[in-house]
Amino acid sequence: MDWLQQLINGISLGSIYALIALGYTMVYGIIRLINFAHGDVFMIGSFVGFYAITGLGLSIIPALILAMAVCALLGVVIERIAYKRLRNASRIAALITAIGVSLLIEYGTIYFRGAQLEVFPSALPTKSFNLWGATISVQSILILSISVVLMIILQIVVRRTKVGKAMRAVSHDVEAARLMGINVDRTISATFAIGSALAGAAGVIFGIYYTKIEPLMGVIPGLKAFVAAVLGGIGIIPGAAIGGLVLGLVETLVSALGYSNWRDAAAFIILILILIFKPSGILGKNSREKV
Amino acid sequence: MLKVDQIDVYYGNIHALKGVSLDVAEGEIVTLIGSNGAGKSTLLKTLSGLLKPKKGDIQYLGASVAGKPVQDIVKAGISHVPEGRRVFANMSVEENLELGAYLRKDKQGIREDIEKVYELFPRLLERRKQLSGTLSGGEQQMLAMGRAMMARPKLLLLDEPSMGLAPLLVKAIFNIIEEINRSGTTVLLVEQNANMALSIANRAYVIETGKVVLSGTAAELQASDKIKSAYLGGH
Repeated sequence: MDWLQQLINGISLGSIYALIALGYTMVYGIIRLINFAHGDVFMIGSFVGFYAITGLGLSIIPALILAMAVCALLGVVIERIAYKRLRNASRIAALITAIGVSLLIEYGTIYFRGAQLEVFPSALPTKSFNLWGATISVQSILILSISVVLMIILQIVVRRTKVGKAMRAVSHDVEAARLMGINVDRTISATFAIGSALAGAAGVIFGIYYTKIEPLMGVIPGLKAFVAAVLGGIGIIPGAAIGGLVLGLVETLVSALGYSNWRDAAAFIILILILIFKPSGILGKNSREKV
Repeated sequence: MLKVDQIDVYYGNIHALKGVSLDVAEGEIVTLIGSNGAGKSTLLKTLSGLLKPKKGDIQYLGASVAGKPVQDIVKAGISHVPEGRRVFANMSVEENLELGAYLRKDKQGIREDIEKVYELFPRLLERRKQLSGTLSGGEQQMLAMGRAMMARPKLLLLDEPSMGLAPLLVKAIFNIIEEINRSGTTVLLVEQNANMALSIANRAYVIETGKVVLSGTAAELQASDKIKSAYLGGH
């Protein structure tokens, strides 16, 4: 067994989960909503990337940027139309709405283009090289670099920019944020835009890596990214990245040990374990109210 | 400067303010005293735009601000230090101060004002990189006030700054409120600690179950028997 190889596979898969999980966790952090339509935004990103490459003849980086832009817009529109008016409604109402939006995107896509599979064009060189006996494809290196670059950009945006600070303020205390003069609606839109753009990027990367895309492809990665977000500590941005990587590595490990049928189960067993033993996640603190 | 005219405010289904009128002149410290649940915080929240009045009007510097978005009101120069400080616990002291200047674009001026806040509250300078959630109650109160000052307000709304603080700290905080006022910021102060509030205020309003029941100069209210027995712990 080639452990280095498996490690690289695990990190590549994990970075895809991490990119999707980031959007889950950011949206949860700011409006306490599990946005179940997020996996479908990921699917749309994949299709936009596919059509950009095959239809418009774009190369990989422009296609990636286009997919991110379309998804950012889609995320903002979803929030404005479906979630905004439910901000003061019960959480279950918002959750059910999110599931409705998810189904609408999935079956809307099927309605417009059919349910058939597409094969993602190999937009990247399929070369590979040897490193200490492991075969590492140029693809997986590129995937990894794209993910890492995006996560670094995200970290800079959240830590250093005005909109990032506003996002953190709103997620901590909406009313106090308003008293600073922060436009809460606009900040929430920005959060959806950024989270959805990352999902769009993940969609394109997923297409490159796994080559097959279809309208229901967002369901399982979406759920797993949700697990990753919970695993890292929902609402905590670095947690989503860590949760994604851990999940990717665990799944790859399970497959590598010869239990590939158990791969998906592993993710959900992790979810159950984390909910039993540390519901606040790896980076989460058990919240204690300070008087 | 501020003229509140017969406002009615509902907090959910509760009729929290009933025909409240008051005014604040430039340069004053005006205090609003009353017991828990009398509607003091509701009034401040209405002034800063968090709540909208059902009836009545709020004139500020000659224009109506009733029901305007909070960011417009902050921009116009009203800053609100909410009850319980509400600092952003997940951010450093300095980031909190930067957020106070969220609507400003003058980087140079913001930098200078952060230094001014540190002069006013040297404790914050020592802890500038620390997460504000780790500060003591008094330090959080200082931070909340410093953060509000970062918007360069003309009118500062303070909601229970003495809450939960040791007497010595309360004194320090009140000295700073006077200092802020001397440097040209008008103050509207909500307090349960009526003694302290009246000792620094020019004028005061007493509010009970959503209505202004008494008003006058601080000296008049300090001398009033009714106030003494109800709020000052006298006999």
